[in-house]
Amino acid sequence: MEDALIIDRLQFAFTIMFHYLFPQLTMGLSLIIVVLKIIALKTGNDLYNQSARFWAKIFAVNFAMGVVTGIPMEFQFGTNWAKFSVFAGGVIGQTLAMEGLFAFFLESSFLGLFLFGEKRLGQIGHLISAILVFTGSWLSGFFIIVTNAWMQHPVGFTTDASGVVQLASFWELLTNPWAGWQYAHNMLGSVVTASFVVSAVGAFYLLSKKGEDYGRIFLKVGVMVGLVASILVAFPTGDKQGQNVAKYQPVTLAAMEGLFETKDGAELVLIGQPDMAKLKIDNPIHIPHLLSFLTYYRWKAEVKGLDAFPREDWPDNIPLLYYSYHIMVGLGTIFIAIMAVAVFLLWRKQLFSANWLLWIIMLSFPFPYLANTTGWMTAELGRQPWLVYGLLRTADGISPTVSAGNALFTLLGFMGMYTLLGLLFLFLVFREINHGPSRTVST
Amino acid sequence: METFWFIALTFMLIMYVVLDGFDLGAGIIHLIAAKSDEDRRTILKSIGPVWDGNEVWLIAAGGLLYFAFPKLYASSFSGFYLPLIMVLWLLMLRGIGIELRGHIDNKMWKSFWDVVFSGASILLAIFLGAALGNVVRGVPLNAEGYFFEPLWTTFTVVPQSGILDWFTVLMGLVALFTLTVHGANYVALKTENKVQEKAQTISKNAAWLVILTSVLALIATNLVRPQIWVNYSSNPLGFLFIFVALSGAVGIIYFRVKVNDLLAFLSSAAFIAAMGAATAFALYPIVLPASTDPNFSLTIYNTAAGEYGLKIGLVWWTIGITLAIGYFSFLFYFFRGKVNLKTEEY
Ligand code: HDD
Ligand code: HEM
Ligand code: HEM
Repeated sequence: MEDALIIDRLQFAFTIMFHYLFPQLTMGLSLIIVVLKIIALKTGNDLYNQSARFWAKIFAVNFAMGVVTGIPMEFQFGTNWAKFSVFAGGVIGQTLAMEGLFAFFLESSFLGLFLFGEKRLGQIGHLISAILVFTGSWLSGFFIIVTNAWMQHPVGFTTDASGVVQLASFWELLTNPWAGWQYAHNMLGSVVTASFVVSAVGAFYLLSKKGEDYGRIFLKVGVMVGLVASILVAFPTGDKQGQNVAKYQPVTLAAMEGLFETKDGAELVLIGQPDMAKLKIDNPIHIPHLLSFLTYYRWKAEVKGLDAFPREDWPDNIPLLYYSYHIMVGLGTIFIAIMAVAVFLLWRKQLFSANWLLWIIMLSFPFPYLANTTGWMTAELGRQPWLVYGLLRTADGISPTVSAGNALFTLLGFMGMYTLLGLLFLFLVFREINHGPSRTVST
Repeated sequence: METFWFIALTFMLIMYVVLDGFDLGAGIIHLIAAKSDEDRRTILKSIGPVWDGNEVWLIAAGGLLYFAFPKLYASSFSGFYLPLIMVLWLLMLRGIGIELRGHIDNKMWKSFWDVVFSGASILLAIFLGAALGNVVRGVPLNAEGYFFEPLWTTFTVVPQSGILDWFTVLMGLVALFTLTVHGANYVALKTENKVQEKAQTISKNAAWLVILTSVLALIATNLVRPQIWVNYSSNPLGFLFIFVALSGAVGIIYFRVKVNDLLAFLSSAAFIAAMGAATAFALYPIVLPASTDPNFSLTIYNTAAGEYGLKIGLVWWTIGITLAIGYFSFLFYFFRGKVNLKTEEY
């Protein structure tokens, strides 16, 4: 049984992390495509239209990957997490079913129109279909975040006679205090990814001296959107998320921050290695009192450390949780710096010739992916040992009849399949980028 | 209430099989009906803008199943673990096959994805039929309502059966031939010249196989699960579905001979829909029969979610499904007519 649990968890973690590489670009990029289309319509500059078409091509490949890796996600709740599904289906079945009905239909129908119908739709019609694709993908994010937020902080339910939860208030489910900030933070995270990708391709075109017209457009739009999103992702949304964690999952906060002892005026650890045997941070570099301030806006406030909680409620992989969180926040800070410098140079009209910065921008596009992934690891590892916080332990959620051997078979299968998908994806996207946007439409 | 959701679920599944059925069918005949690159592009283009939307019916039906009957979702998905995951792999391969084929103009690249696309479509059709076969035949549920089936045991219909036995394989073949006809009808409808003629021929030949295997399957079902007639004798309304299915079958042949592609396509759609409805009607209110002890069977009553949630769902489901049907009508209207390779592609 133990083995099956570990394999089920690994499989879920692996497949969801892989899946999320694609939707984050979909959601952010759909916004940027809308922006490009609007500028094209307003200024009548066809370069913007051509840019939108170029990104639509990348979008299409990325979307296809998101779709094919998303399908297993929805089914895995049943295949590997049957007990969890029985337990929670009465509540989160709502949002998952709504996602299919309201988001996926919208997205997939209008993407077909957007990609295949530009001439027949006309420019306004084409913009509208772009907006609908954008709406669909952001709705999809919304429903999935509401689902996840309910697992982090269950609301609006009752427990029935057979011990499973049932929905008691639809409204409370949708207005879960956890969900709003989580949604905002997560969506901004995906805008960060898309803006870095767009800027990186722009920088590539300028540095390699081809398609420089497009390079400038991509950079301009990319860094401006990027700066706004990078700031908002940290403040207020990241900050508010942290306060929610402090309020509803104080033990998680302690583990994320590597705070082993309860303290008045707790310090914020910037760097250091958690030592789980001695229960302390090795080689710490920290800022005194800052954690108390960030959490409660008071320098002297008491922050509960891990010692305030029974050990069986501690997240089961504290070092990984701690590193994930610190990587996310560290990268977030660096993103603001990069984008701020870029926008400053753009304003001074020096960005397009600042090769050193263009190199940095070009090479930095993988890092938002890393920040998003580690962000999710923070959320999901931090929720442990609970599957539904305070209600259902992860160990009690797996399928009773699926053996470890069968689960390992499918885990290996997914790994093989996704390696193939990932390689193909990279190959095609790099090829498309190398061709550049000026290539005329081919059949 | 439960009955409403049972009907809603059946509706969505039928929509899935009818819609994704034709693009699966297009995949099944892809290698035979089209030999040149141009012809193959024509077939792919005929399903290009719609296949993903069609597949969403499956995802949305899965979501609805989870929402309305969580216990059924949990039990059947974990019980059919291996075949389900394999179906997912096939869906993935097929999807990227369709999307990636056109990106590189290289013969080997294209032939590779053609074979992937077609092979995955064929296997998926068989799996779909076999899945239905399992539901009709029953599975070894235990008292807690869980089970686990290996892929196969001895290929006989015994209580400790596998997913594949002679009965479910037969059902798989019915599905394969039916979707072949359905897909060929669609392709004939959307294309011209060589491809169209090829598709018409395939449809004609496969139609006889559909009739033959369907009759065999009907006889076999009588042997495996004689209870299926109970609902029909208590409520003759069900014969309506059988009547529609029969008319569909007649229509497939008749309009094929008359060379009316549109009506032939609508006939195969009606045939599929009515067969699905007739099966659901026969099972009701059982959704997963137990081959172990009939009392362990999962019904819509012992698997449904709570009353309040189901009521709320009524509101959003009605809105959502109306929107979805609206998008689809618009989409199919917009892309009506024969495929033309010269028009824009992205
Ligand atoms: C580009 C991506 C990105 C960046 C730069 C940041 N985050 Fe983040 N963060 C995410 C992407 C993300 C995410 C992937 O979107 C998560 C995972 C779950 C969620 O809703 O959002 C997340 C979760 C998340 C959580 C919730 C953890 C939990 O639920 O247990 C907190 C407290 C923060 N973030 C805080 C921050 C702060 C203070 C940042 C300051 C720079 C920051 N994040 C930057
Ligand atoms: C892109 C977003 C997500 C990522 C990267 C992510 C990441 C992870 C990771 C790393 C784990 C493994 C945790 C562990 O084994 O300790 C996990 C588990 C899990 N997550 Fe998420 N998650 C994401 C979104 C979601 C959402 C939206 C849901 C629910 C709707 C969800 C539900 C689960 C479940 C059921 C498990 C399995 C139980 C467990 O091990 O905790 N996840 N996820
Ligand atoms: C366990 C959780 C998840 C499940 C069950 C799931 C399910 C799915 C499914 C079935 C699809 C394919 C839809 C189609 O055919 O059009 C999909 C795609 C998508 N998912 Fe997920 N997903 C999960 C996590 C996430 C998360 C965390 C996000 C973002 C916050 C997300 C956003 C999207 C988006 C925007 C798409 C559209 C396709 C794409 O963007 O590439 N999903 N997902």
